[in-house]
Amino acid sequence: MANIHYRPFEGCTTGFYGVLAVLAGVLLAALGAAWYMEHNGHWVTGMTNQVIWGTPHVFAVFLIVAASGALNVASISSVFGRALYKPLSRLSGLLAVALLAGGLMVLVLDLGRPDRLIVAMTYYNFKSIFAWNIFLYVGFFAVVIVYLWVMMERRMNIYSKSAGTFAFIWRLILTTGTGSIFGFLVARDAYNSALLAPMFIVFSFAYGLAIYLLVLMAAMKGASRDLGDVVFTRLRRLLGVFIAGSFYFVLVYHLTNLYITQRHGIEAFVLLDGGIYTKMFWIGQMLLGSLIPMVICFHSGLGKSRSLVALACLLVVIGGLAQMYVTIIGGQAFPMQLLPDKTLVSSGFFDGVVAGYRPSLPEILLGVGGVAIALLLTAVAVRALPFLPESLSDTVADPHHKTT
Amino acid sequence: MKRFTVGVFAGLFALSVAYAAEPAKTTRVPAPSIQINKDRGEQCVEPTEEMRRNHMNYILHQRDETMHRGIRTTKHSLKNCINCHANPKTGSVLGKDGFCASCHHYAAVKIDCFECHTDRAEKKAAIPAGRPRQALAPVIRTALGQPRQRHQP
Amino acid sequence: MTINRRGFLGISGAAIAVSAVAPGLRLIELAEGRAPDQAVTPKQRWGLLIDAAKCADGCTACIDACHEENGVTGNNRPATDPQWIRKVTVEDNTTGFRQSFPVMCQHCEHPPCVDVCPTGASFKRADGIVLVDKHTCIGCRYCMMACPYKARSFIHEVTTGQKTHAPRGKGTVESCTLCVHKVDRGDNTTACAVACKKEGHEAILFGDLNDPGSEIRKRLKQKPSTQLRPDLKLNTGVRYQGV
Repeated sequence: MANIHYRPFEGCTTGFYGVLAVLAGVLLAALGAAWYMEHNGHWVTGMTNQVIWGTPHVFAVFLIVAASGALNVASISSVFGRALYKPLSRLSGLLAVALLAGGLMVLVLDLGRPDRLIVAMTYYNFKSIFAWNIFLYVGFFAVVIVYLWVMMERRMNIYSKSAGTFAFIWRLILTTGTGSIFGFLVARDAYNSALLAPMFIVFSFAYGLAIYLLVLMAAMKGASRDLGDVVFTRLRRLLGVFIAGSFYFVLVYHLTNLYITQRHGIEAFVLLDGGIYTKMFWIGQMLLGSLIPMVICFHSGLGKSRSLVALACLLVVIGGLAQMYVTIIGGQAFPMQLLPDKTLVSSGFFDGVVAGYRPSLPEILLGVGGVAIALLLTAVAVRALPFLPESLSDTVADPHHKTT
Repeated sequence: MKRFTVGVFAGLFALSVAYAAEPAKTTRVPAPSIQINKDRGEQCVEPTEEMRRNHMNYILHQRDETMHRGIRTTKHSLKNCINCHANPKTGSVLGKDGFCASCHHYAAVKIDCFECHTDRAEKKAAIPAGRPRQALAPVIRTALGQPRQRHQP
Repeated sequence: MTINRRGFLGISGAAIAVSAVAPGLRLIELAEGRAPDQAVTPKQRWGLLIDAAKCADGCTACIDACHEENGVTGNNRPATDPQWIRKVTVEDNTTGFRQSFPVMCQHCEHPPCVDVCPTGASFKRADGIVLVDKHTCIGCRYCMMACPYKARSFIHEVTTGQKTHAPRGKGTVESCTLCVHKVDRGDNTTACAVACKKEGHEAILFGDLNDPGSEIRKRLKQKPSTQLRPDLKLNTGVRYQGV
């Protein structure tokens, strides 16, 4: 295709600064919440000795998974050689870095001893997937920044393919590591499965692309630049495929668990009588997060509407958060069986009962703060450097396309 | 513009000189309050100069030895330091006249130890630093197979 | 070499005397008395034997003693207050038979909490006691997610008044230490075992699982015992009888 031109976002309007101000305000609130939690101790949150990881982790894991998925668009261009995706690559790399930064910020600020981050980066137990993840996450920053550099520096463009392939493999290992955080846990019925790692990889495709499409549409519209139907339709259909893939993995996961008598308890909990978790699963994850967006993305009539597709992307994000809530919090709320054929009548430590959990304000603020910093970084970077292509109109994106 | 900037800096300089000329009576951070408990002994386990520079290294090494290898020697243990150095009045190494706190406050070095460790000396008279603890006797089993052991008080 | 008759008689007399006394006389090198400057070795493996039949329903002596011994305090917030040991009452699904017993850190041979700790703060000592090195604990709580027995607690609030032998602070994770300070001192028991004996139940027994002559090994040989969640194959140091 013709030479692609990139230009920094030049809408220095009050709208743009307004968005920055709102994001900065949310971030400030999040930092205040983190200080409040650290200073007083975690008893001020909804997290307890039963539900150990709460809303911050829901957001953090979601952002990390989405970050690795956001790089997909760039990988399709560099690794699989699809020219249509090439102008989209830079924003893809940027979003990957920004979302990961957001996720990591939330994770680190939720630690019981965040002042011991240096300890976390110098003492390693390499049997722990967490330790590997520290390397994978920090390395991801470096890898993607180098990848962005070879894409943006004209004389380095020859290395795009190798940098892209390296980044692609790195992010697959990273998402495997993230899924394995749960997959490697033998203790709980909801985890302890080899399926979780590949499931998280497919989730990342869907969540990452949904966020990417939202940001792309918002940025191009904000800069009054063309986003033609060719690119738009391609991305929309791809999102539909990824949602379908996620749905497949969820189906296999639950079908397998239903076959295992030992897991009937957790399945009944998630699918039938888990209260909020059941609602989150069916309404949040399945209906809003999978079914409706899939219909919109695949339906040729509905899919033409930009606002409907934007809604579909938003629903995928909501569905993703719901999925993380069910996985992370639901998985902890369900009690562990100390003895298989006995019911626990009473315990001094909440054994045998479904643990109660209500998200508290500091937790929610911290989680949303992660999203805020990701978007803030993206907005500032897009303004400062040429990440956005000048035009994605049909003639620019694909000169050989046939108008139907 | 240039003259204005120069004037501002000259004014600031004059002010700082005036401030410095004031007597040290109004220094912001009080000098460390080292009150040695003479009942515990005349001498620390290491020379003072050595301790001033390297006490953190001794504690750091000892903590790993104790935690991971179960070494319970008292010479460099934190418990022993606190037993000796606790302020006789307050019984603590923190607070206004605390041995650890006042020096660390002066040097502006944050201590992490007392997030978890108690800052108070043990109530019962602890064995002074110099005398080594006696090794516990091994268990001797009699012909009947009943164990007989000597307990450390 | 040549020896005279006296020498021969002396040597054989000594040999006979030693061989007569030796079977009943054994000096165990590193038994319960380990010198302070000696490191722990895998020669010993400390564990507990809990007899559920002897455990009294409603009695909390072990919990009170443990928390008193280790300075574990609560703030009347049961969801976030730490618990090193708790009493659990179960009822058989088919027969309705009820029993109670205490549950604490099981000091597994293959602890999942040790595997998952990113900094290595959760570790197993050579003598089998699983501990948290709070100097390196960053409070990520991954070990709490991993523990199949929900044995670990996170310290959710500012803590003061710690015991000298049991440092504990906000933002780190803790669990039953098998009274490691008492073990290293040579007390050969834990606070919970002492309290249970004092109450007259004697449901908790501490001992060296590696020593075939120890009381705990003898009792394990006499009656069948089980581990909690044995299918996980963690080879716990805490065994239960009558469950």
